[in-house]
Amino acid sequence: MLTKRIIPCLDVRDGRVVKGINFEGLKDVSSPVELARYYSSCGADELVFYDITASAEGRRLFTDILTETARQVFIPLTVGGGINSTDDFDRVLKCGADKVSVNSGAIRDPGLVGRAAKLYGDQCVVLSVDIKRVDGQFRVFAKGGREDTGMEAISWIKRCVSDGAGEVVVNSIDTDGVKKGFDLEMLDAVCNAVEVPVIASGGAGCIDDFITLFNALPKVDAGLAASIFHFGEVSIADLKKAMAAAGIPARI
Amino acid sequence: MLAIIDYGVGNLFSLRSSFAAIGESAVVTGDPGIIRLADRILLPGVGAFADAAEKLRASGLADVVVSEAGKGKPLLGVCLGMQLLFDRSFEYGEHKGLGLIKGEVKPLRGYVPEGLKIPQMGWNSLVFGNQPGTLLKYVKNGDFVYFVHSYYAAGCGDSVIAVTDYGAPVTAAVQRGNVFGCQFHPEKSGEVGLNILRAFCEVAP
Repeated sequence: MLTKRIIPCLDVRDGRVVKGINFEGLKDVSSPVELARYYSSCGADELVFYDITASAEGRRLFTDILTETARQVFIPLTVGGGINSTDDFDRVLKCGADKVSVNSGAIRDPGLVGRAAKLYGDQCVVLSVDIKRVDGQFRVFAKGGREDTGMEAISWIKRCVSDGAGEVVVNSIDTDGVKKGFDLEMLDAVCNAVEVPVIASGGAGCIDDFITLFNALPKVDAGLAASIFHFGEVSIADLKKAMAAAGIPARI
Repeated sequence: MLAIIDYGVGNLFSLRSSFAAIGESAVVTGDPGIIRLADRILLPGVGAFADAAEKLRASGLADVVVSEAGKGKPLLGVCLGMQLLFDRSFEYGEHKGLGLIKGEVKPLRGYVPEGLKIPQMGWNSLVFGNQPGTLLKYVKNGDFVYFVHSYYAAGCGDSVIAVTDYGAPVTAAVQRGNVFGCQFHPEKSGEVGLNILRAFCEVAP
């Protein structure tokens, strides 16, 4: 049986992981390579590297570190951040990324998803969407959740999936950082609209939030989180055990 | 030395890195001379069957792979590279494969129960067949590997050495003599995947 995936997300700036992560046994708490290796050994099913670099030099450092990680870590790697063109896809795929996540780049250039899917295959294109409720509607936000695009989220997602997005990451701005659980209502709406894998993001605060997610919405394929893993609030090994105990298929 | 066949399909970075990680020297090459010199061959592949089969034939490498495998050289096809080993595929029409293993490639849609997502994307467990032997000697029945595929190999008879359960048994790994195939990506399947590559590298040429 296909297992539910658990995916830690690392924010990387100038080739270093932002917010030093504190784990026993890690020598360099901001090294993406060390952290990737650590997470892989704990049972992470995939990793997301999110590049928040602003400069060209920082971008070069990012691709260097991505290459180094892909040489040493043999689980799927997704790269997001600063993906605005098929050249950007090419740049990170050559460095060992398996999937590429687009967000604002697709909003600015709605043809990007289709072109990338044609070149690299649907399985390679991940649509990431920041969604917030505005006047009773799910609205797509751009620029890291700061700007309301006015677009309705479900129709945006459907459009991108029909263009070739092979997976959708749903990040609820409404629950993000609150640590009271995933946005089940929003995720349910997305799961009912598309047939591709849906990854839940935003809101997890404890192990039970993942159990609730997968029990309530069997169509959700994966849960993604950042700080709760990095700060050790949730250990991936414990989470996987708890999932298995609750009858949720998990890779242990 | 192992030759990873480069015929313009897919990203070979991870495969090359995986062999480096297990201490096996591997070259990515489209040169028939080097492929003939190699001890073993890895046939990768991502994308559409027809396109990949056409590229492999047009480059002349299909003949090289078939004749080297015929001489007993160990060959491992990965993902679409595995699907190419069979007689034919029904992915958008009917297309001829390399015919190294009996069987044909069919869509998962219509085979697995309604409601399951296509492609099968993610980690699923190996269920060993009768002869997991050579390729799976360092992994356990039930170990997880990473799949991304919309088509599967059918009618492979006793060549199937492992299946995976995606609502129906789906061919996960095959062997016919010195010819092996994995539907999953060993280069993305953590330690389990590396152990499968390790076992392949120990198959005597």
